[in-house]
Amino acid sequence: MTKRDRMSGNEAVANALRQINPDVMPAFPITPSTEVPQFMASFAANGLVDTEFIPVESEHSSMSAAIGSEAAGARTVTATSSCGLAFMWEELYIAASNRLPLALVLVNRALSGPININCDHSDSMGARDAGWIQLYAETNQEAYDNMIMAYRIAEHDDVRLPIMICQDGFITSHAVMNIETIDDETVKNFVGTYEPDDYLLNKKRPMAVGPYAVSGYYMEAKRQQVEALRNVKRVALEVAEEFEKISGRKYGLFEEYRMDDAEYAIVIIGSAAGTAKDAVDKLREEGVKAGLIKIRFFRPFPAKEIVEALKGVKAVAVMDRSEGFSDNGGPMGAELISALYQAKSDMYAVNYIYGLGGRDVKVESIEEVYTALQEIVATGEVGETYRYLGLRERKDA
Amino acid sequence: MSYNFKEWMNKPERLAPGHRMCAGCGGTIAVRNVLRALHEGDKAVIGNATGCLEVSTFMYPYTAWEDSYIHNAFENAGATLSGVETAYRALKKKGKIDDTYKFITFGGDGGTYDIGLQSLSGAMERNHDMVYVCYDNGAYMNTGVQRSSATPMYADTTTTPVGKKSIGKIQNRKDLAQVIAAHDIPYVAQTTFVKNFKDLHIKAEKAIYTPGAAFLNIMAPCPTGWKYIPSDLMEYCRLAVETCYWPLFEVVEGRWILNYEPKKKLPIEEFLKGQGRFKHLFKPGNEHLIAEFQAEVDRRWEQLQYNCSR
Repeated sequence: MTKRDRMSGNEAVANALRQINPDVMPAFPITPSTEVPQFMASFAANGLVDTEFIPVESEHSSMSAAIGSEAAGARTVTATSSCGLAFMWEELYIAASNRLPLALVLVNRALSGPININCDHSDSMGARDAGWIQLYAETNQEAYDNMIMAYRIAEHDDVRLPIMICQDGFITSHAVMNIETIDDETVKNFVGTYEPDDYLLNKKRPMAVGPYAVSGYYMEAKRQQVEALRNVKRVALEVAEEFEKISGRKYGLFEEYRMDDAEYAIVIIGSAAGTAKDAVDKLREEGVKAGLIKIRFFRPFPAKEIVEALKGVKAVAVMDRSEGFSDNGGPMGAELISALYQAKSDMYAVNYIYGLGGRDVKVESIEEVYTALQEIVATGEVGETYRYLGLRERKDA
Repeated sequence: MSYNFKEWMNKPERLAPGHRMCAGCGGTIAVRNVLRALHEGDKAVIGNATGCLEVSTFMYPYTAWEDSYIHNAFENAGATLSGVETAYRALKKKGKIDDTYKFITFGGDGGTYDIGLQSLSGAMERNHDMVYVCYDNGAYMNTGVQRSSATPMYADTTTTPVGKKSIGKIQNRKDLAQVIAAHDIPYVAQTTFVKNFKDLHIKAEKAIYTPGAAFLNIMAPCPTGWKYIPSDLMEYCRLAVETCYWPLFEVVEGRWILNYEPKKKLPIEEFLKGQGRFKHLFKPGNEHLIAEFQAEVDRRWEQLQYNCSR
């Protein structure tokens, strides 16, 4: 049974967590994710969840405690943003290498400095190589749905990896939108209980976690993590199929928007996809064959699948909401353009950096990108492949 | 109940032999004797900060630990075990677990006094039902004897090397037991290996079975860092106590208790001599350094006596 409601993105995810009723939540306040632990603490205080809340003294400790809790056999969640995620750095790798399917609600915010509380993806993109599954949302609805699907993917026997459920700071986390929620019982049955094979508190079989591994073992451990991450693609689609049955909403590894006959495409992550879809609609009305791909899973990166979806496109713009400081583009630009090369694609490809530190992205800004793509195709001149969108520049320069 | 040394020592080992810790190392003695305080039938999850103990007892695919064990990183043994302990409460509440588990974590002084202090402070302040055991050997021994805030003054370490213009570590050591006692937790104690181990065994039992957070600071000599003859380990522990360098005390619910007062306090030279890290103090012309060391020991001993007299 579904219900129409209105909630902010933080409230939506917190409500999904209320329905999931995880065993333990260690968390530390940081804008804009703070509301999620606040909601959970309040649910616990009012008997709406059984979750044990640990008010830790830092994000480093929230991830450390989450690792301990998950290893002990408890379904565990934490939430953070920006510098909070950066402070967890070392622990993110340890959670993944210990194959602990804990969940992290990440409300994307720019990394310092300068200190900035608004949205960009520099936090999660910085953690992209930590071995976590990364799921992104365009809307509050998607954030809610992703949270409900998260544990089913992470805890799957063929996966057993931690999962980051990302949404855009303030843009979706604080903006109230229409949403359709699923009833508690259906969610509970869908998510199921966490029954790990091995855990610290298993009286029949004690377990040791976090070994010292010499060169003879380390490399195989890493390769197995990759294998698990690779399995996410299959598992995520299976879970999405089941989720469609209880929600009526369909999910893939990414979303294709008006891509069927598209000649000009952008690939984008997060809330800006909504704005970009408006631009696509407008351009379509004008007869421009514009299309869009919205990434849902950045880890694992569905490179081959995206390249396949881009077939027939003449020029693509890869949109990064974070700098990579390689002087060669942003993180998604690097991945996707390399995937195109491997597929021997000859389509024009450019990489845009946009929306850093909450810089507004308008329909017109995205239209500007499609115009640039059309110019590239018309002239056969790519020009600068590493571009900034919406940058204020000195008029006298 | 009276203390029966034989009974204590005949308890089954919970740290199996075959690990790679050094001969004459205090770390494993601390671990084995703390674990002896676990009551028969009680299960435990052991935490461990990165250090000698971790890399020498849990080298994949082998473990020396009979109980469940978790090593996470260097600086977060407190937080990690607080997560395990919370999971236990959560699962017990849901009826998923029926056994009694105890939670004990071990860290060296580097992982406890320095890089792990925040994590430890948080876990203690939240009063998790766990014991944090610091096996204090007074330096970062695993990485090759670098100074920590637990290193005694004038010690020769690889980052406070004695040289033409250096007399070793300049600063006095941090008094961590006092810092943790200020967290107002139910039980704090300082001990080491003396006589029939009664002091350590009883304190470990109190720490484990006192509800809430407990902290044990155990001086655990390191032959590599202190540069003593491995077989002299027990003698250095005795001298540390008899010189009042390492007093034995408890803080129970905020009340300070002195557990042992030497009949005749020995001069600090007795503890310092024979240790390679203090060799330079015995060179002619350095007598004032020993006098200063003695003054520090006296000052702290007086402060402790004052704390315990109230």
